[in-house]
Amino acid sequence: MKGLIGKKIGMTHIYDEQGLMIPVTVVQVGPCRVTAVRTKDRDGYSALQLGFGTRKPKNVSKAVRTHVAAAGYSEHVPERIRELRLAEDPEQSVGDVLGADIFEADEFVDVTGVTKGRGFQGVVRRYKFGGGRASHGGGWTRRGGSIGMCVNPGKIYKGRKMPGQMGNVQRTSQNLRIVQVRQENNLLLIKGAVPGANGRFVMVRKAKKK
Amino acid sequence: MNAIIDKINKEQLKEQVPEFAIGDTVKVHVTIREGDKERVQMFTGTVIARSGHDINEMFTVRRMAYGLGVERVFPVHSPRIVDVEVIRRGDVSRAKLYYLRDRQGKDARVREKLRGAK
Repeated sequence: MKGLIGKKIGMTHIYDEQGLMIPVTVVQVGPCRVTAVRTKDRDGYSALQLGFGTRKPKNVSKAVRTHVAAAGYSEHVPERIRELRLAEDPEQSVGDVLGADIFEADEFVDVTGVTKGRGFQGVVRRYKFGGGRASHGGGWTRRGGSIGMCVNPGKIYKGRKMPGQMGNVQRTSQNLRIVQVRQENNLLLIKGAVPGANGRFVMVRKAKKK
Repeated sequence: MNAIIDKINKEQLKEQVPEFAIGDTVKVHVTIREGDKERVQMFTGTVIARSGHDINEMFTVRRMAYGLGVERVFPVHSPRIVDVEVIRRGDVSRAKLYYLRDRQGKDARVREKLRGAK
């Protein structure tokens, strides 16, 4: 298992060696600095704690500042700190810097991010309900219709699709192919779309199912 | 636009973009793959639209094939577009020649540009 914290830059398209146009999302991964190491012996599980981005030291608590200072952060502190769960105890130690070069082109990754928030939405937009008829005496154009049965079962089943908050939840896109790795500025060009708005943080991990 | 995206896009651009205008009759040289063989195929027709800029720039070529209108949209900067050869300059006063779609036969022609043609 390997992974990095990154920032979604945006989308564009590039041409591959066959001249085909491929839609890609540009993700800036790293440099990520290891801020802590979790081992099975001491913590009961294996993980790497990674730091990414920059933040002014005055804007974080002293506890965070001291914690990351041990990993070599002096001028600034990381904007994001996340743990990456591993199957085995990590080889890296605190202070190591990881970059885009841990990935290769044509590798598959899972990308986790927080999707764009769409606010409180009705069932037509949120769940692609058909709604009622617009003409011929419709009367219930964008409403959900019946939500259940009668006296039997006498309740609404849990998980019933109804209006509510749409988006702004964590989601993972699986099995996305890395088209290109640009080590010089830690960029990954990943085929297809990635959850979230441009500039938001994402976690790029090696694909679980490939 | 974001500076990083901009830089990636710039790398994809062709240094020499073939020169052609709306209304021109052009021969587009397109590489196509058949199995593992690559060859260049021609598509001849009238340029009826050109849209977008930089890496997103596309142009539409319309031709009549066996009595049916066929339109193909090509990306200007695609490496598969080897060349765009201008056969005839067209004299038009529209940026988009979508009106050609509604015309047939002799009406669906574009006047040739005789003066000022390069």
